[in-house]
Amino acid sequence: MTVPLQAWLLLAAALFGIGMVGLFTRRNAVAMLLSVELMANAVNLNFVALGFYRGDYAGQVMALFGVALTVAEIIAGLAIVILLHRKAKTVDVDQVVELSG
Amino acid sequence: MIVFGVLAALLIGCALAVVTTRDAVHAVLWLAVALVGTAGAYVALEADFIAAVQLMLYAGGVITLMLFAVMLTDRLTGAKVLIESTGWPRGLALGLGFFGLVAYAILQTELPTGSLTEPNSQLLGELFLTRHVAAFEALSVLLLAVMIGAIVIARRKDA
Repeated sequence: MTVPLQAWLLLAAALFGIGMVGLFTRRNAVAMLLSVELMANAVNLNFVALGFYRGDYAGQVMALFGVALTVAEIIAGLAIVILLHRKAKTVDVDQVVELSG
Repeated sequence: MIVFGVLAALLIGCALAVVTTRDAVHAVLWLAVALVGTAGAYVALEADFIAAVQLMLYAGGVITLMLFAVMLTDRLTGAKVLIESTGWPRGLALGLGFFGLVAYAILQTELPTGSLTEPNSQLLGELFLTRHVAAFEALSVLLLAVMIGAIVIARRKDA
């Protein structure tokens, strides 16, 4: 393994950045959740990469916690999206203005 | 080195496709490829167990849920679900700004250069049930809460 840790961290940062672009440009709630998923995935990649180069399995433990938390978040998010679709008949976040001040 | 190059190209390409494609179903499928690619990266980093969990939970469970949500919110008209994107300048500025900041920090920092020599699922299990057992149990409670919460939120009131 000759790739330095920097390369993995830069890859994860790029993935997180791409997810961030998606989160701020997409207007469909499901597509925004997809972007959040990309970002969480990049974070987990960071944990595993750091654990590997530190020679420590704690990174993998953190990554497992991260995976479980992301799955929980996606489930709650999708439940909200489905409720939103039922109440507002749309998943376009710009058209849901009931809570805007 | 070659493995990293291939994985990086695959992951970046799929991530870009996820945030740019207009077809919602395609976006979910590109995300599935990106998540499988990440599992490949975990194998390259001696994290076989995480790779297996990634494939089962993400590439299996979450992608199925996502496709389900896309198709349910489509109202089953048969037409393709197109995703609107707005505010590209703002989004690109934020994403590039974030990447630039983090890349600068990464390149400025001295990082560890050791490595794990082999995947060790047994040690991982022991860590979970000894040192990290409190967090592990808290996670179980969280998953239960989310499960109940999702049912309560998405349930039809008249059912």
